[in-house]
Amino acid sequence: MLSERNSYFNKWEKRVLPFLLLLPAFTLIIGIVAYPIIRAIYLSFHSFNPLKPSIFKFVGLENYIRVLNDPIFIIALKNSIIWIVGVVFFQFLGGLLGAIILKQNFKGRAFVRGLSLIPWVTPSVLIAIMWIWMLDGNYGIINDILLKLGLISRYIPWLAQKDTSLPAVMIADIWRGIPFFAIMLLAAMEAIPDELYEAARIDGANSFMIFLNITWPLILPTVIITTMLRIIWTANHMDLVLIMTDGGPGFSSLIIPLMSYHTAYKQLNFGYGSTIAILQGVFLVIIISLYLRLLRKGESIY
Amino acid sequence: MKKSEFFKYFFVFLWLTFILAPYIWIFITSIKSYDELYTFPLKYLPSKPTFEGYKLLIETTPFLTYMKNSIIVAIFTVTIALFVAILASYSFSRFNFKGKTPLSFVFLVTQMFPAILLAIPLFLLMRNLKILNTPFSLILAHSTFAVPFTTWMITGFLKSIPRELDEAAQIDGCTKLGVLRHIIIPLASPGIIAATIYIFIYSWNEFLYALTFTSDIKARTIPVGLHTFMGEYIIRWDLLTAGGIITGLPVIIFFMFIQRYLIKGLTKGAITG
Repeated sequence: MLSERNSYFNKWEKRVLPFLLLLPAFTLIIGIVAYPIIRAIYLSFHSFNPLKPSIFKFVGLENYIRVLNDPIFIIALKNSIIWIVGVVFFQFLGGLLGAIILKQNFKGRAFVRGLSLIPWVTPSVLIAIMWIWMLDGNYGIINDILLKLGLISRYIPWLAQKDTSLPAVMIADIWRGIPFFAIMLLAAMEAIPDELYEAARIDGANSFMIFLNITWPLILPTVIITTMLRIIWTANHMDLVLIMTDGGPGFSSLIIPLMSYHTAYKQLNFGYGSTIAILQGVFLVIIISLYLRLLRKGESIY
Repeated sequence: MKKSEFFKYFFVFLWLTFILAPYIWIFITSIKSYDELYTFPLKYLPSKPTFEGYKLLIETTPFLTYMKNSIIVAIFTVTIALFVAILASYSFSRFNFKGKTPLSFVFLVTQMFPAILLAIPLFLLMRNLKILNTPFSLILAHSTFAVPFTTWMITGFLKSIPRELDEAAQIDGCTKLGVLRHIIIPLASPGIIAATIYIFIYSWNEFLYALTFTSDIKARTIPVGLHTFMGEYIIRWDLLTAGGIITGLPVIIFFMFIQRYLIKGLTKGAITG
């Protein structure tokens, strides 16, 4: 009797328990992620203002046709491309430099490595406060330093000028993301066995050759994965733009997710806002696949 | 000191300046008196450091209310997300079942959607549930979005606990759930502490959902509160920087405690693929 009960219990533990353990997580994911996405797709075919819930009109593809002819969307698309490519590229360059520095042997290395990731955990709102204040057109320290170095002849209102607003926010975001890149690349470099370096040095290779022929190929997989994570993250996160310029002046720093936010919450057009958010998702998929294709081309050269 | 040694330390110094200078500048700003903030040319150091900005922030603005809200949301988020993620990690790390790979893939995919795509329908959902402008809406959203990464992180820790320990306990009559409680959780506690702090930091910093779900002062969390300061008042940079310092300090301190674990959890996945 007892053993029979045990075997039932064993089966239950093997077949049912693993799913039961996942149930809470999937309940949350279905309710808070899957359902809203379906709802967003549904909304994108409608015209809907949450203050006038009685007017919920099916408009078919109207929102989609409208986006493609919306001059503001074209501006936002262009800005988004500059934003993603610029931010991720410079984060990578800075991160690589940082990783090389942090790889060296020096006193207090563990502590310095820990400090390095601080920007990554700093709330966006604090990062925005920092950079708005440093970039200020009247009292900003960046203007002060650039003027003293003779690089500018007068103070520049970086965030309030059309041709500098987007690059200024990009600098804040690049600064925030460099440490993350550095730590990921550093971890990849640490995984390379020392013997490889020693062997190369015995063969008379210099530091640059060692980097090019040993370090780089071996960290490449991490570079690819980290870059992809950063592309997704950079494309979707608009906190800094929202707080620092809110897309302005004019539409000079407007990116697609922010346009979606404005459409939904300022113009109260939830249908059109959802359409833009969906296109943002599509846009992201395109960017990622372009990036992967580019890589494959690069590989075939070698 | 050799020349190459000197260069090494010089670059380390440059790197640290690059990372830390903005924080130092914000701190200096927060302890300047109001008049000294707006001088031309710029004065780098305050002649009389003062904590007046911090005092005014707490006495004249609803900052403490925001802080209370942030703490409530973060504590409940940590509790829920941790519970959910531990169960899920136990399932992923100790059981073999059909559909394990696609199910874990679903976890990953949730991280890829633009937050704004979810924010619009979630706003409507929260409104229907009548929990807009309450901590519940944020607790629900934050818990959900913290679960995938937390699960990934804890799964990594659980995999490093030898399975022989589970088996030994089972021979002694422990059920699978008993193993989780008596063996796995105690042994994984460093990982679980790291996960706790990760969730706390995520919830404490989160901006977009907090912005869209709370329009009422009484329900705002700190990030949204600070953001509205920028619009509502003539910007008082002494108050704003003081608020920024108070907001950033706890996460930075917590982070320094767990950075080793977090870096490990973060980099493991990307390197082993």
